[in-house]
Amino acid sequence: MRRADAIADRLGAVGSGNALELRGITKMFGALAAISDVTLTVRPGERRAVLGSNGAGKTTLFNCVTGDFLPTSGTIRLFGEDVTNFPAHERIRRGLRRTYQISLLFGGLSVRDNVYLACRGVSRGRFSLIRPRRGEALMARAEELIEAVHLGDVRDSLVASLSYGQQRQLEIALALAGAPRLILFDEPAAGLSPTERADLVAILTGLPAHIGFIIIEHDMDVALRVAQTVTMMHNGRIFKEGSPEEIENDPEVQELYLGDGSHAHG
Amino acid sequence: MALAADGLQVAPTRVERIPAAYWVVGALLLIMPLLANDFVLFQVFGWTFIMGLIALSLMFLAGYGGMVSLIQMTVAGVAGYMTAILGSSGVEQISLGLPWYVYIPAAIAIATLFGTLVGALAVRTEGIYTIMITLAIGSAFYYFAKQNYGIFNGYTGFNLVVPPDLFGVDWRQPIAFYYLTLGCAVLGYLAVLYVARAPFGLALQGVRDNPRRMAALGFNVTAHRILAYSLASVLAAVGGILLVWQNAQISPGTVGIPVVIDVLVIAVVGGLRHPIGPFIGALIYVLLRTFTPDVLAAFGQSGERYKLLIGLGFLLVVFFSPDGVLGLWERWRARRRRDPLKGAAQ
Ligand SMILES: Nc1ncnc2c1ncn2[C@@H]1O[C@H](COP(=O)(O)OP(=O)(O)O)[C@@H](O)[C@H]1O
Ligand SMILES: [Mg+2]
Repeated sequence: MRRADAIADRLGAVGSGNALELRGITKMFGALAAISDVTLTVRPGERRAVLGSNGAGKTTLFNCVTGDFLPTSGTIRLFGEDVTNFPAHERIRRGLRRTYQISLLFGGLSVRDNVYLACRGVSRGRFSLIRPRRGEALMARAEELIEAVHLGDVRDSLVASLSYGQQRQLEIALALAGAPRLILFDEPAAGLSPTERADLVAILTGLPAHIGFIIIEHDMDVALRVAQTVTMMHNGRIFKEGSPEEIENDPEVQELYLGDGSHAHG
Repeated sequence: MALAADGLQVAPTRVERIPAAYWVVGALLLIMPLLANDFVLFQVFGWTFIMGLIALSLMFLAGYGGMVSLIQMTVAGVAGYMTAILGSSGVEQISLGLPWYVYIPAAIAIATLFGTLVGALAVRTEGIYTIMITLAIGSAFYYFAKQNYGIFNGYTGFNLVVPPDLFGVDWRQPIAFYYLTLGCAVLGYLAVLYVARAPFGLALQGVRDNPRRMAALGFNVTAHRILAYSLASVLAAVGGILLVWQNAQISPGTVGIPVVIDVLVIAVVGGLRHPIGPFIGALIYVLLRTFTPDVLAAFGQSGERYKLLIGLGFLLVVFFSPDGVLGLWERWRARRRRDPLKGAAQ
């Protein structure tokens, strides 16, 4: 019966429309509320920027969505399905992806192995004891991803030996593996050179329309160019939501965030 | 070089890519029965391959999975006990006397199940706690085997446990036993090398380096760790069966805490970074254990002092080369490859 219920739940969810629905998400670290009562809806294919000063709770929000942390309270629905108590890997297998603000890679493995692992993680045969053959579809897919982020020249290098910018590129490649439906990018442009930034914007704007993403980005130039909607966070709460123009011209936002001059904007 | 530039150079075949050192060591191991006497074949090499296999199962878990398990000797012991209990031994009121094609797979299966269950408990812990929980289960098994007379025959254990007369060969004859243990060791070694590059092995190394990221890529980290224990248990189980055949007996002392620690020492001294490490460690261990008592006696010292020597050796290796003898060797080679004039690696 429980299994039938679960299937019914998933079938019902197909039509319900939203990629992500957060209701009243709160995450406490001891007495500190890193995020409080966040309610947020993201449509399939929607591209949203999350802005907010350091410590606003943006990364914590991502961690709750992916299951890196369990929220203290609130519910998370992913493509209509309640995943609040799902482990991270179950959410990923449903089409969620993420990158990390501080690169979280496999330093002891080559670039190719890193990307191959990402492709393997969202397909069958994760436990396979048979070595992949050269022509294997998943290998070919990994090679494509490596080319897409311009890491072809270092595909056989150990990841620990890559430059900072290359590691950031690899972060992106890992998040594009398989068939993503919603990707969470945590400050992907931080520390990149202007050329690398342009590459990043090209990758983001070039994603197929059915792939939605949420991007945390301090660089307003990048954020406003790739996003259709903007969410401002402040002290763990959602402070404003709207189109990029609305947010840019909002006097309260300007005072709080843009006006202090500590952030680049275009 | 000119040929290479013209694109005419033929790519090396799989066989040609095997380093020369492999051919030399392989050939030496194959003709060893021509060079060494029975004692060296049976006692030194047989024991080296067996302890190497058991330590290899720890290397697999620790080197590729980042899990330091002290249960591997106990898993080997479970397989050894099952060989004695399900097969034949001098303790006829307990041993079932089943045919080899039943008791060998059954012994491996039961030991693997045991190792997997321990793994399922241990993977929820990290670092020192993994060591503690596996050590605790290992000593519990030791005391259980010692006090249980119905199944494990208590303190005495089982004697006269010998390999079956397969193909009309007496596998306890030194030459046959040498090739038997060599074959198992080589198979185990190659299997570990192979699996390390298969999806499961890669994923295991990913889990070692970064479990959080592995989960964010869709991997069930806990399940991968548990399966690693299962695979490692198979290696240890084969080692355990060979061990009971070599000694022709098994008793609680076979799985006592000193041996459990010895397996850790072998793996660490040899090196945890490559599957050859445990065999190097095992050879050093066996040589020390076999010959130092005589050397010590010649100097008028008690033969028991070899333990002190092993302990000192362990200290020195951990102190000077945390990645074992293998690490020393790699650093020495790197230094030799360095250009003496330019100082940089060629
Ligand atoms: N693992 C953690 N343990 C304790 N406090 C944390 C942890 N992660 C984040 N915090 C705290 O939560 C708040 C929000 O952090 P974070 O989500 O990283 O902000 P942002 O990504 O917007 O800069 C900060 O005050 C931070 O110190
Ligand atoms: Mg952050």
